[in-house]
Order: sequence, then C-alpha cells, then structure tokens
Amino acid sequence: MSVAESTFRREFPVKGGDFAKAGTAACEIKELLKDLGIDTTTVRRAAIVAYEAEMNVIMYAREARMDLTVSPKEIHLIIDDRGPGIPDVELALTEGYSTATAEMRELGFGAGMGLPNIKRNADVFAIDSEVGRGTRLEITIRTNGHGKP
Amino acid sequence: MIALKDVLALLDGELLTPTTAPEAAFRAVFASDLMSDVLTSAEPGSLLLTGLANFHVICTCSVADLAGVVFVHGKRPAPDVVAEARTKNLPLVATKMTMFEACSRMAGRVEDGGHVRR
Repeated sequence: MSVAESTFRREFPVKGGDFAKAGTAACEIKELLKDLGIDTTTVRRAAIVAYEAEMNVIMYAREARMDLTVSPKEIHLIIDDRGPGIPDVELALTEGYSTATAEMRELGFGAGMGLPNIKRNADVFAIDSEVGRGTRLEITIRTNGHGKP
Repeated sequence: MIALKDVLALLDGELLTPTTAPEAAFRAVFASDLMSDVLTSAEPGSLLLTGLANFHVICTCSVADLAGVVFVHGKRPAPDVVAEARTKNLPLVATKMTMFEACSRMAGRVEDGGHVRR
C-alpha cells in the first residue's frame, strides 16, 4: 500500500513493567512506516518518538494504547496510558529532569530526555496528564516535506 | 568514514556477528552508556561505543538508524542479544579496551573526532 493511496491505522498495546518487550511496538511502527514508503528521516523521527513514549509507559505506567494513524501528509501518534500521571508537566519537559529508579538507569534509560526528545521530534506536540489517572500524548509528524529536517 | 575492518584493528576487537555486513563503514562515532543520549544526539549511520550490553542497545540502534556497536571494557552481550543483532544486520564488536582508550583511538581516525556538529 502506498501512503498516497489511503489512511492507515493500527493500535499497539503496551504493558507497564514489561522491559523484555520494550521497543517491540516502536520497531513494528518503524517497519510499517518504511513499508508505506515514507522517507527515512521522517521514519526515524517517528520511531524515536514511539520508542521514547513506549519506554515511558513501560517505566512508569500500568498500561497504554498507542494509536498510529498515517495519512498522506501526516503521521499521527496517540499514546494514552493508565498510570500515576505527571504532577508537574512543565518540569517533566525539562531536559535532565527525571524520577527514574536506579534499575531504569542501569538499562540505559531514565536520563530525563524522553519527553523533551519526543517534543523535539514532533511537529505538533500535546500532553495532557492527570495525577492518579494517566497521561495522554498526541504527536503529529508531517510527511509532506514541510516538517522538521 | 571508518571501515569495520579498521575498527577491529584499532580496538583489537572481536567481531561477534561474522555474518553481518563485513564491508560496513561508519560515518561518525558516538559513545555513551545512556540509550537516552543515543536517541537524542547520535547521528544516523554512526558506530556506537558502549559499556551497556543488553537488548535495549540493539533496539535503540535499530530505532535510531545506528550502523554498528562496539562493546567496551570486555563486556559481552548474551547470545539472544547477538542473535537479535544478526536479524537486523547490525555488526557487533567486543573489545577489552576501556571506553576512554577506545574513544581515544577512534577519535584520531574519524573526521571531527566523530562528533555531530549541530
């Protein structure tokens, strides 16, 4: 299927704490986007967004649903998790701020770069979080050549 | 660009994935134990030097389009990690050198010390 032909949708469940399967959804998303014929730079940005978001769910939340929609001009990712939520979203978007445990850091994550890196790779970034309920990220990456390099 | 065979010679390295891309070459070098840093700052096509030897290294390289990995300080990934790298055609090298020594040797051989200029 060519991306120019239609809109593509798929849903990926992510389970909190499942470090063994971390990256599965992001790698699958990357392969799908490559198969859709999207350029490698854009695919890389979307894969990084998906991976960072997936790791955040695995490290902090109970579960989440990642929804991928690809239209001729945009990649749209919604990550809606059920988890503790983020008390101070502005602080969480600060590079280097992290509440990660030692175990998370030993795996190479939890450096406080996840959300900032998601935002950096997105053309449109929205976050909504409620303490005790969860966090919803909505990311758009343009594929029409007018997005970020 | 630096060729895989030159990396092996410089670092007295052992190629853990003999079936993957023997002609591989790398346009830059990035060194970190933090995969968060790799996802943020590494240039596509780079060779990663790391002391981390778990599955997440392979996944991170795949997501961020890195082209090879050197495990420093005698670290060796588990067989399932090596197998995963093979499926992604990602060359893996092991060296007994410390991160500092490996980086020192590589820095003299790659343009701009292998760093990404932004």
